[in-house]
Amino acid sequence: MVQITFIDSRGTARTVEGEAGSTVMETAIKNGVPEIEAECGGACACSTCHVYIEEAWREKVGEPSPMEEDMLDFAYNVQPNSRLSCQIKVREDLDGLIVRTPDRQA
Amino acid sequence: MSEPIKTDVVIVGAGPIGLFAVFELGLLDMKCHLIDILDKIGGQCAELYPEKPIYDIPGIPFTSAQGLVDALLQQIKPFNPLYHLNEMVETVEKIGDPLFRVTTDQGKVFEAKIVVIAAGGGSFQPKRPPIPGIEAYEGKSVHYAVRKMESFRDKRVLVVGGGDSALDWTLNLAPIASHLTLLHRRSEFRAAPDSVNKMMALVGDGKIDLVVGQVTALSGGDGQISKAMVKTNDGSAFEIACDALLPFFGLTMKLGPVANWGFELKNNELIPVDSAAFETSIPGIFAIGDINWYPGKLKLILSGFHEAALMAQKAYRYVYPEKRLVFQYTTSSTSLQKKLGVAPERPAAPARAAT
Repeated sequence: MVQITFIDSRGTARTVEGEAGSTVMETAIKNGVPEIEAECGGACACSTCHVYIEEAWREKVGEPSPMEEDMLDFAYNVQPNSRLSCQIKVREDLDGLIVRTPDRQA
Repeated sequence: MSEPIKTDVVIVGAGPIGLFAVFELGLLDMKCHLIDILDKIGGQCAELYPEKPIYDIPGIPFTSAQGLVDALLQQIKPFNPLYHLNEMVETVEKIGDPLFRVTTDQGKVFEAKIVVIAAGGGSFQPKRPPIPGIEAYEGKSVHYAVRKMESFRDKRVLVVGGGDSALDWTLNLAPIASHLTLLHRRSEFRAAPDSVNKMMALVGDGKIDLVVGQVTALSGGDGQISKAMVKTNDGSAFEIACDALLPFFGLTMKLGPVANWGFELKNNELIPVDSAAFETSIPGIFAIGDINWYPGKLKLILSGFHEAALMAQKAYRYVYPEKRLVFQYTTSSTSLQKKLGVAPERPAAPARAAT
């Protein structure tokens, strides 16, 4: 199991367990993490699972694909550390990952 | 107001469930008009994820969302439904027993014995960018669509976005506006490469400005914008003077006018129905697919198909109150096969001219 911490826009942290092979978005939805909507269900067809990757994890998590960049155009307040959480696969080496959620999705 | 279009059924929403409703209603001799706010048929399947796979349609191990829409269109072709795209149903009024007057935002009026709401997650509407106070300018100097290009003549226009809408309107309005700036958060564009090349050529000729950054605030007064505050990715900030702002941030689903049609909504977004006929609290108005709610509801396309079939049985009783409904199978019923245009050929009777 891989531990992932979601910090919401008010600063409340929630640490939940994700399964390797699933996605960070699925982990959030399964555990009722707020501020992640995932309207399209993980098809990279909306931008409502937008998260900010904590600086220390950016390199390990990696950069968005061109398709994900296109969807990020629709997200709110996009930052250099913005990602769509449905496009991040949970892996053993992401154990301890910290992401922040924006105060609004779509 | 135009002359009302008279029909048996108006279906609100041309997604997969609205389309299959045409099939089930058609087998029972009910004519349908479909109204959808999108410019295409297929709802979310066509707009949000046309190329994505679907694995849970019974008997079809794999299809794409667009593939499913195309197959449904082929399946309902024998019933010749009529489509009204780019139109949003604004009001539904009860004027008979049952008879409904349905009006769209384009001023079209329908008179239908039955209304079927198959509106999924609601209407697709332009996404509002997260700029504080933008509401105050909407409709006057902030526009999410261009209805009349002439209204931008000799104005300083700021277009925001990197997709086809943003690029198309940049190209179309460049010759009309006194000055045009295209603002996008990065230097890559997802719009068609041809449009991007044309836009770049205009930038090269000094005809328009291209700025990489995001709008953080607007200023102006009385609905009239005067400038936009912009921040670039390296943190620097500056202002762009403009008379009109056109943000193109894609579409989002909102319940829309359905909220005002007299239903007591579940969680403010779903229409409660009975699970025997998927009829709402107003007899003659049905709700099927993702927009309805009943105990045990699952938002699955296959559930919507089931709901369409049961809905059609009850709808028949309103449209043909004097007729008896005989339940039939497409596999064996010659009358259903005739409606589908697949009735087996029979030796033709000797031709005789009608007298």
